[in-house]
Amino acid sequence: MTTLAPEPAPATKPPAARPQSRLASLLKARETGILLALVAFLAVTTAINPRFVFSTDGFRDLFLTPSILVVLAVGQAMVIITRNVDLSVGSILGLTAYLAGRLFLDTGLPILVVVLLAVLAGAVLGLVNGMLVAFARVPALVITLGTLYVYRGIYLQWAGSDRINASDIPDGLLSFGTSSLLGIPQLAIVSFVVLAVAAYWMRTSRGGRELYAIGSDPAAATLYGLKDKQRILTAFAASGALAGLAGILYVARYGTISSGVGFGIELEAVGAAVIGGVAIFGGSGTVVGAAIGAYLLTSIDRGLPILGIPDFWQRAVVGLLILGAIVLDKVLAERQHKKLLAERHRS
Amino acid sequence: MPSPAAPALRLSDVSKSFGSVVALRSGSLSLDAGSIHALVGENGAGKSTLVKIIAGLYRRDGGTVEFQGQTVDFRSTAEAKAAGIAVIYQEPTLFPDLSVTENIFMGRQPTSRWGRIDRRAMRAEAAALFARLGVDVDPDRPADGLSIADQQIIEIAKALSLDARVLVMDEPTAALSGNEVERLMTVARTLRDNGCAVLFISHRFDEVFALCDTITVMRDGSYVSTDAITDVTVEEIVRRLVGREVTELYPKQDAEIGEVLLEVEGLTQPGLFTDVDLTVRAGEIVGLAGLVGAGRSEVAQAIFGVDEYAAGEVRMAGQRVPRRDPVRAMDLGLALVPEDRRRHGLVLDAPIARNITLATRGRLSRGGLLTSRRENATAKDWAARLEVKAAAMDTLAGTLSGGNQQKVVLAKWLSTAPKVLIIDEPTRGIDVGTKAEVHRLLSSLAGEGMGILMISSELPEVLGVADRVVVLCEGRKTAELSRAEATPESVMTAATAAAGPTTHGQEKVS
Repeated sequence: MTTLAPEPAPATKPPAARPQSRLASLLKARETGILLALVAFLAVTTAINPRFVFSTDGFRDLFLTPSILVVLAVGQAMVIITRNVDLSVGSILGLTAYLAGRLFLDTGLPILVVVLLAVLAGAVLGLVNGMLVAFARVPALVITLGTLYVYRGIYLQWAGSDRINASDIPDGLLSFGTSSLLGIPQLAIVSFVVLAVAAYWMRTSRGGRELYAIGSDPAAATLYGLKDKQRILTAFAASGALAGLAGILYVARYGTISSGVGFGIELEAVGAAVIGGVAIFGGSGTVVGAAIGAYLLTSIDRGLPILGIPDFWQRAVVGLLILGAIVLDKVLAERQHKKLLAERHRS
Repeated sequence: MPSPAAPALRLSDVSKSFGSVVALRSGSLSLDAGSIHALVGENGAGKSTLVKIIAGLYRRDGGTVEFQGQTVDFRSTAEAKAAGIAVIYQEPTLFPDLSVTENIFMGRQPTSRWGRIDRRAMRAEAAALFARLGVDVDPDRPADGLSIADQQIIEIAKALSLDARVLVMDEPTAALSGNEVERLMTVARTLRDNGCAVLFISHRFDEVFALCDTITVMRDGSYVSTDAITDVTVEEIVRRLVGREVTELYPKQDAEIGEVLLEVEGLTQPGLFTDVDLTVRAGEIVGLAGLVGAGRSEVAQAIFGVDEYAAGEVRMAGQRVPRRDPVRAMDLGLALVPEDRRRHGLVLDAPIARNITLATRGRLSRGGLLTSRRENATAKDWAARLEVKAAAMDTLAGTLSGGNQQKVVLAKWLSTAPKVLIIDEPTRGIDVGTKAEVHRLLSSLAGEGMGILMISSELPEVLGVADRVVVLCEGRKTAELSRAEATPESVMTAATAAAGPTTHGQEKVS
């Protein structure tokens, strides 16, 4: 409107339109903030109890314990970025872990085949979520809340009071779950690989960028002619497959599989993504951020008892962290929005 | 300039309905390469529907579409885009979280081996596009916070990078200032000279006549005429736009016009409206006319207290109506029937009775409790008065036809016994028969001494129903016309008066 734009020049920024230097954008990134928080927490905890990091167990657990949650958080971040959510990953994790256990117990298939089958099963369960979300047009929150119970129900029905013990699991897998390579636990290496592949794909492929676009403005995605349904299916299938992989990691790490496996872990995955700067309404954030969020959550879980903080407060701290992350996100988004608006009016 | 080859895009007798509402009756259009074609028509003439069919967003119900001589039926925007059709919508649709560069190339980013997006090439191309357009936009900044003008530049850059054969611009200048319009027109001319067929939709005749080679007029969802721009005059086009006898459709009952009820003085909200003065008297229907985006609904919402305003004052019968306090506004006797009744006017999943009593629940309840019986009894009275056609009072509002939904919203507000009723687009999406009923109702309410402020994009409605017409253009009042002064021409002229307030008769009518 004329009332709004009295300026003679085109309403753009003054000539300073240069790409930001890499360092500057790195410092400004949301991930940097959460990484600093993680480092600070580790530093404080270690200062009080040096064994937290500087002991064989401590150093190993630093990477080993979060690896399952990291894998889940990566999948969750991909789904949340499309403005959806996947609450069924805990149940998928449990179901695939049990499936793997049964396959070892009943068939004697090679470990690698079982791993692939578990991941595949997870992908299929994720695909079911994706199809319901993409075609039934029901919010993902509701759909995956439903499948959370359905998948868990199938698991309970199948397993009953049955329980698979470490003695039923091939030694190869169990030793993989506890051994290290160059001092880094192998499970952690798996989670690093998953994270690296996902981060690369999200940043450099058309598919990955379209996940961001769909989450940023679903209506615009339709107008652009993006294959939004297909992309949403991809995101859910990936989340399911990663939950399947997490099921295998669980078997490798703990060996014992009872009906409670993975119960409630979906909320930790969502929490990790949100703390790591993935916007709950989609469109922004990275899987790397979500992974750092997972490290922070797990480290707090392990660190607070060392600091002598009672169990009750651990939960409350996690809750405060999530609230803080969301409030921070909101404040930063508003500030950025205002800044961009101000740039436009200045001239 | 018709070229000898097949037209770049030809639509013949294209139609489209949504349920019982016919959005496009018979649209015809023929675009030539290397030419700019104007499409004009009143709001609701079917232009936007036509555009969405071209874009592949809607599928036509009938008629044919030929693209470069071949019959096509686009099933998605992706197909239309792949064929070489780019559309710039009235309101740009960008991804706010993503960078400007990504917005331009989303879905067809340049990739190197392994499907890896070549960011450097993409950024360089975006920068080259901006250089070609002669604008200075940082390719790395997010789309969030860009002005409408710059968003449109992004859309144009998108079309350029597509190397589109047909470019459709749906009212691209509606929100632009003088320089920005000039810049846009330069771009359009460049594209034309490069052999692109451009469809330019605008309400501003000065732009249409300055820019276009051919002009097609649409009215009521149908094709009216196509002429070379040199063969017609503005007056002729306006006559064809309006083109019907307006008075008979609108039963107008004479009402005693009484004292001033609603006074609005100097209402201003930067970027939306500036210095708007209004008065509504008892028994008077004031029409608030203007083009889409002129700020009419924004003014209405500010008056009622839904939206903020920076300066100005609103008074009801001499008493100040506070800012941002709709409850107080209701107490003072104001009511607002919103434009989008499905979203803002109704609880679609609730029965008719609950919808009608929504604004009077406090009064109807006894000791904090409200029985269905009481609710139904009250609702029934109103439904009968307004002739709401529904099986029962527990029918869900969402299942009613547009006309009946509007009556339910009206009943809700009338039951609060307002002194002044603000009604935004009272007959949008309503069939002709019910339209007349709504008009009769408004007229009889005025006859009972209510003051009515009616916002309408339908010119015949404004002229047929209103006692006085206030015209807004780009957030400013450009004319205030008595019933006698208000003609299609005078209202349209004021509504399209792009530059400066050309104050028509400012005299108060009483």
